[in-house]
Amino acid sequence: MGETLPRVPKGAKLRSDTWSRPVRTLRVKMVLLGSSGVGKSSLALRFGKDEFRTASPTVGCAYLTRVVHLSDVTLRFEIWDTAGQEKYHSVTPLYYRGAHAALLVYDLCKRETFIRAQVWLKELEKHYIPGSTVIWLVGNKGDLAQDRQVSVQEGQALANDRGLSFTETSALSGDQVSELLQAIAHRVYECIGAQQGGLSEWQETPLVDLHRKGTFNPFASCCKVGP
Amino acid sequence: MERDNHQAGQAQGVSFCDPPSESNPPAETLATSLCLLGNHMFPDSVERKEEISTGADKEEPADLHQSDVKPNEQSVDAELLSNQVKKLETEEIETLEELINESTQPTDRDAEDVAMDNDQSDSGEFVVTMLAKAKLEEQGIGVKGRSSPLLEAGIQESPAFISHRDEDVTADSWRQHRKHVFVLSEAGKPIYSRYGSEEALSSTMGVMMALVSFVQSGDNIIRSVYSEEHTVVFLQKGPLVLVCVSSSRQSEDQLRGELLYVYYQIISMLTQASISRIFEHKKNYDLRRLLAGSEKILDGLLNLVDSDPSFLLAAVHCLPLASSLRDSLSQILQKAITPNLVFSILIAKNQLLTIVQEKTVIEDTRLEPADVHLLLNLIGASSAFQAGEIWTPICLPLFNPDCYFYAYISYLDPPECTVCLLLLSTDKEAFYAVAECKRKIEEAMVAQNSLSLIAKAQSYSVSQVGVSDLRHFMYKPFDVPDNYRQLTQFTSPEMEAPYSSDEEKMRLLDLYRYMHSRIHSTSRPLKLIYHVAERETLLAWVTSKFELYTCFSPLVTKACAITAITKLLRWIKKEEDRLFIRYPPKYSTTPNPSKSSRGGKSDQQDTTDNGFLSLL
Ligand SMILES: Nc1nc2c(ncn2[C@@H]2O[C@H](COP(=O)(O)OP(=O)(O)O)[C@@H](O)[C@H]2O)c(=O)[nH]1
Ligand SMILES: [Mg+2]
Repeated sequence: MGETLPRVPKGAKLRSDTWSRPVRTLRVKMVLLGSSGVGKSSLALRFGKDEFRTASPTVGCAYLTRVVHLSDVTLRFEIWDTAGQEKYHSVTPLYYRGAHAALLVYDLCKRETFIRAQVWLKELEKHYIPGSTVIWLVGNKGDLAQDRQVSVQEGQALANDRGLSFTETSALSGDQVSELLQAIAHRVYECIGAQQGGLSEWQETPLVDLHRKGTFNPFASCCKVGP
Repeated sequence: MERDNHQAGQAQGVSFCDPPSESNPPAETLATSLCLLGNHMFPDSVERKEEISTGADKEEPADLHQSDVKPNEQSVDAELLSNQVKKLETEEIETLEELINESTQPTDRDAEDVAMDNDQSDSGEFVVTMLAKAKLEEQGIGVKGRSSPLLEAGIQESPAFISHRDEDVTADSWRQHRKHVFVLSEAGKPIYSRYGSEEALSSTMGVMMALVSFVQSGDNIIRSVYSEEHTVVFLQKGPLVLVCVSSSRQSEDQLRGELLYVYYQIISMLTQASISRIFEHKKNYDLRRLLAGSEKILDGLLNLVDSDPSFLLAAVHCLPLASSLRDSLSQILQKAITPNLVFSILIAKNQLLTIVQEKTVIEDTRLEPADVHLLLNLIGASSAFQAGEIWTPICLPLFNPDCYFYAYISYLDPPECTVCLLLLSTDKEAFYAVAECKRKIEEAMVAQNSLSLIAKAQSYSVSQVGVSDLRHFMYKPFDVPDNYRQLTQFTSPEMEAPYSSDEEKMRLLDLYRYMHSRIHSTSRPLKLIYHVAERETLLAWVTSKFELYTCFSPLVTKACAITAITKLLRWIKKEEDRLFIRYPPKYSTTPNPSKSSRGGKSDQQDTTDNGFLSLL
């Protein structure tokens, strides 16, 4: 995957891209969950820009977008990478509100993050309506397999047990990252896209600001991404 | 910065001084605590019997350095100056009489002062005189996989890739850091250490806390401990205790001010209200749980505090910009608004370009420089450049320590990421609306070609002032003319040769810090100091209109320096519009956002939900 995708999901590129394709664009909200340091931000950066940098710690929530083209539809992923939720014992249901996909990330070199992922899962299961959220278990830092503390079998078994999908990735090498996003796109579209009101259409509307007059040049157009 | 009542502080405060004075039983117990602390911090230090006095002998520490006297500070020749002043006739200059009064003040006192220039060299043995040798509990704890250096003969050098967090707290290199900062809870739980992990330091912090509470039990407040090499300063804020161990020769007030910045940065992430609530609920709560991942923000703050005079001056530094360009940027911000937006801030190269604010919010107040410093530090430490857009709760402690704003942070010029937009809203749900403002701003800036204009903006060289002996200066007007209640700002040229290396920059800053401490001395404030150092000559001057620090080549004469300052003040006056944010516009986004956020109560968050999670 990736060869036909725009690398930078910025407004300008998206526009030209979506105009050249007569397909619908649907919005997909995806959240990244997991202990601090497992590589959520690194994965998000791979998703968004296909880069790897040694990350600064995330402050608050980081938002980025990535467009994925499927054969008959384009999905616009709005990815919320979070920090600090590990600071709070009870994760509020608000957090999952409207999320179509949730990635439960653990560091396969740190068993406690795998345990922690199961706690997240319990939380998540309390709140989500089956079928409305695709939950994906992700064992990250696959490049450090020599220090592995969680085997592939364990990850897979947990996933099978709870009806999740499972992938091992490396944000560092990029291994399995684009495959993962592609797979999530397919799964989300299959499971939720078909449902009534499952995914909303993303529209690029020129900005018409009725409340202000003469503020900006007439060529101005903005991507209306509001909920 | 907050300043404790110093008179009271002297009566209550405990000073530990080298020249032994009368000791009493509680003081001896205290000395034991101190010894313990010393063993943790400085296990190799020479053993010395310490005594403690609890009197008002705060001035004594200065005597420690008396051997080092260098009678090279003099008052500026009043007559000479007054002549110049008459010539100058600008409104910034105070009356002749005042000046003469001011300049007569420093004479006697200055002679006994320490010259700053050679004090870094005589490091000698690492002795904190009140600290003695004993068994170090932590010796076994070190970093995993590394044995204690005390078991080995040679000196271990930390490999460069080891972060400060992983530092071996038993190593010499750890002890030799110029400035340690520790944060602990009242129950003695470690919260933060600038160098080394808090775990490895938990018993050191425990001892510090024992010290603090011991002194408290006697209805005293421990404020500082002095030795030849170190100043240890304590600051208690609510349930948090902050400790600084410094060999930087800064004044106690300056160090305490820096601790206060650390405290405020913690508040900016958690709010004062939640911290109090947490500790009311559970006295020995481990606050690191909430600060996990935020240590780098505090590390970054402390590095800035050491290297950026903004913190010392409690003023913000803006990027010089043609006023027409600054105005057009302000107008762009002014037009891109949404309900509950309260501040729009544009930053380039870590300096302010402009700030636009909601009308009613600032009606009765102004944004404090310290809050801006915290925001700038947060931006520097965040990964916004990777993420695209950040949405995070943030408290501005001087504006209101108990409630959150929601900050939207995004760079406008990827991939370079030098121009950053910061939008503050009071509405945690406003992400999409605020992101929309950013798109408007982006488009307007494209239309006006603002980014390439900003890219050309840069700080200025002191040579532009046109005074040959002037090497550097810092000028802080108390009120930007015509703009009552403006954000406190200062202006300063680039540090150029001979202050190009990091060491030399730091040396100049240390000189400024020294001048600043003299000017702001609580016991003996000065208005004018002429200080002949070894490699430069400095002149600091504070009036009711401005505070000015200047650095000249060493051979400058007093007369030249005074002429130079006259020219400098004229030049600043001429360049004012470019050097400062002069007329920040305001906007009105909402009927009454400010009252609620400033009132505090209404906007408070549950401790378990600081808004991080309610976005989706
Ligand atoms: N070896 C390796 N390191 C990784 C990988 N992903 C992230 N990291 C590193 O793990 C640390 C934490 O990553 P970060 O993305 O900030 O984690 P987050 O706290 O979950 O957002 C950083 O130092 C990353 O460079 C990976 O796949 N392999
Ligand atoms: Mg992160």
